[in-house]
Amino acid sequence: MTLSDAFDEPAFVPYLVAGDPDFGSSLSYVEALERGGADVIELGLPFSEPIAEGPTIQEGIVRALSAGMATERYFEFVERLDVDVPIVCMTYYNLIYQYTGTSGDAGGAAGERGPRPFVERAAGAGIAGLVVPDLPPEEASPLRAACDEFGLDLVFIVAPTTRGDRLDRMREQVSGYVYVQARLGTTGARDDVSEQTDASLERVGDWEVPKAVGFGIKTGEHAERIVAAGADGVIVGSALVDIVAEGVAEDRDPADVAAELAAKAEELKAGALAGAKQRTPPEHT
Amino acid sequence: MSSKTDGKFGEYGGQYVPEALMPAIEELTDAYERYVLDNEDGFMDEFRRRMREFGGRPTPLQPAEQLSARYDTDVYLKREDLLHGGAHKLNNALGQVLLAKYMGKERIIAETGAGQHGTATAMAGAHLDMPCEIYMGETDIARQRPNVFRMRINGAEVTPVTTGRGTLKEAISETMRDWAKTVENTHYVIGSIVGPHPFPAMVRDFQALISEEARSQAQEAEGRLPDAVLACAGGGSNTMGAFHNFVDEESVDLYAVEAGGSSLSVDEEAGVAPNSASLSTGEEGVLHGARTRVLQDGDGQIMESHSVSAGLDYAGVGPELAHLVDTGRVDAVNVDDDAALEAFHRLSQLEGVIPALETAHAFAYLEEHRGDLGESVVVNVSGRGDKDLETVIEETAERDLSIAPDMDLFREIGGGML
Repeated sequence: MTLSDAFDEPAFVPYLVAGDPDFGSSLSYVEALERGGADVIELGLPFSEPIAEGPTIQEGIVRALSAGMATERYFEFVERLDVDVPIVCMTYYNLIYQYTGTSGDAGGAAGERGPRPFVERAAGAGIAGLVVPDLPPEEASPLRAACDEFGLDLVFIVAPTTRGDRLDRMREQVSGYVYVQARLGTTGARDDVSEQTDASLERVGDWEVPKAVGFGIKTGEHAERIVAAGADGVIVGSALVDIVAEGVAEDRDPADVAAELAAKAEELKAGALAGAKQRTPPEHT
Repeated sequence: MSSKTDGKFGEYGGQYVPEALMPAIEELTDAYERYVLDNEDGFMDEFRRRMREFGGRPTPLQPAEQLSARYDTDVYLKREDLLHGGAHKLNNALGQVLLAKYMGKERIIAETGAGQHGTATAMAGAHLDMPCEIYMGETDIARQRPNVFRMRINGAEVTPVTTGRGTLKEAISETMRDWAKTVENTHYVIGSIVGPHPFPAMVRDFQALISEEARSQAQEAEGRLPDAVLACAGGGSNTMGAFHNFVDEESVDLYAVEAGGSSLSVDEEAGVAPNSASLSTGEEGVLHGARTRVLQDGDGQIMESHSVSAGLDYAGVGPELAHLVDTGRVDAVNVDDDAALEAFHRLSQLEGVIPALETAHAFAYLEEHRGDLGESVVVNVSGRGDKDLETVIEETAERDLSIAPDMDLFREIGGGML
């Protein structure tokens, strides 16, 4: 299944940090999300300077790094995952740029710097696409080329402030789906659904790729409203990382945390499906 | 990207930032080109006037008589420590706050490491009536308390950053996060020649007043250009400011003196580099919006840096400086914490100038390489050392430095200082 096919019905796209709070628990958490109805999973490869993240995800990243998550271990994590839905790797460009292969031995891609070895390894691990929050389209050509070579999609984030030429540059390079940022700021769950969402969706309305809206979604009701407004999917991160964080703070059994994640996923997926029913019939050609 | 400036220094530089910031970066690039490069509405004239009237420019190029005798070389001090606020930082802070005014922004935010950039921004904010919030790592807050007081007294809000080790790199990340939420009415006054384009070029242009003056002052004093210019390098703003107008003069050797910390080796397991020598030991990478030299592990995770001097304690460096080092135009050198402390005491005792610990690194290199640097040497005194007294007394007490004053003296008068 290609990444865009996952959006044939309104999609629920959860995000978790791989390895948060530890390798084993995290595996079970990601698998719980699929049980709860995830259509695509954005899996964060943690970077020490996550400038696009709010406090919730930032703390998840600190927990995962402290527990030993690292690039090669991340690929092993993806290979160990027992899920059928597409996995999208969300990380920062320096980790992609620095990756030189599994060892320093001669031969293979070892020693080669730049995006290609990372993308090759990601493809080998079964990853379907990449989202790189600190890589604007102006700097993205080498990564786009590597993704084309190995058959990965490259997702771009459209912000409420993105307009004009920048939209065109993104449209030329995006594949898989477009991540529509619902509001300004860093990631984090909020109680209201921004009016900026409507305006943002409108700007990418005629793009061929599915539109997934993220930033601030935390309930089934939010998901419903976003899909009713025309989104093809909802991306939810902080509300799920919050559940992981509470599990750590309260020292809960990982099985209970996984069950809560699955329940939350069901709520969000149900909201997305409910939202589709309220849509005004699309004016498709 | 704009046609006038492409933001690249060889392979370095660029704009690696979250999409939400790109429109602000483009708006800033446009403002930089119009006001700074083209002097639209007389922006640069007002900047220069305010740097004279409010900042106290030009700063002197002072012959250092004792050091000159000691090294048998004409040593000149470019006295940025005499700039208002006690460091070169005001050149950039005032330039950017003024630019924010011209752009119609209503609020400024800034990160600070040693607190020098924060205090300069707070002063410029008060001077130009702009509300100001400063992000500062909690470790730095603890070791630079006088600067926290100065920022607050100037009316700035100081917000502690508690992530990571609580130093400059965390403060930059946090300020970028604020900016991502508030770009529409807020300008981010970055404190060095780091970050996405146009910051590295723009900050350099404001700091270039240093070498513009030093060049003509040296001509006047000696009838020729110096053989060498020395400046300490953390992010690199005083460095590029001191170098910029000499870069095209091949006869002038340029030395960027980095903090060697306690050791140049790294502990990859712990993610710690006990130094801040990104030019000397770092690898190419992407940090805080730019491709540059970075202290990082094999995966690309950014290391925790170290220096006895908070202002040099940063895992990256300006992309232009990294490029000038790669092309061989600038020599990247380093000295360790001990040598910097000794140089601090030496300059204080011999010349009556108490330098910032950052600045002391440049003087330590001068001491170690006396005689190799030519007949006429300019050292940029990037800041004064009042802010560092507590650190210096503590760090000196832990060491056996031949040049240190009798430390018992501080126990008697210092009371609780030790």
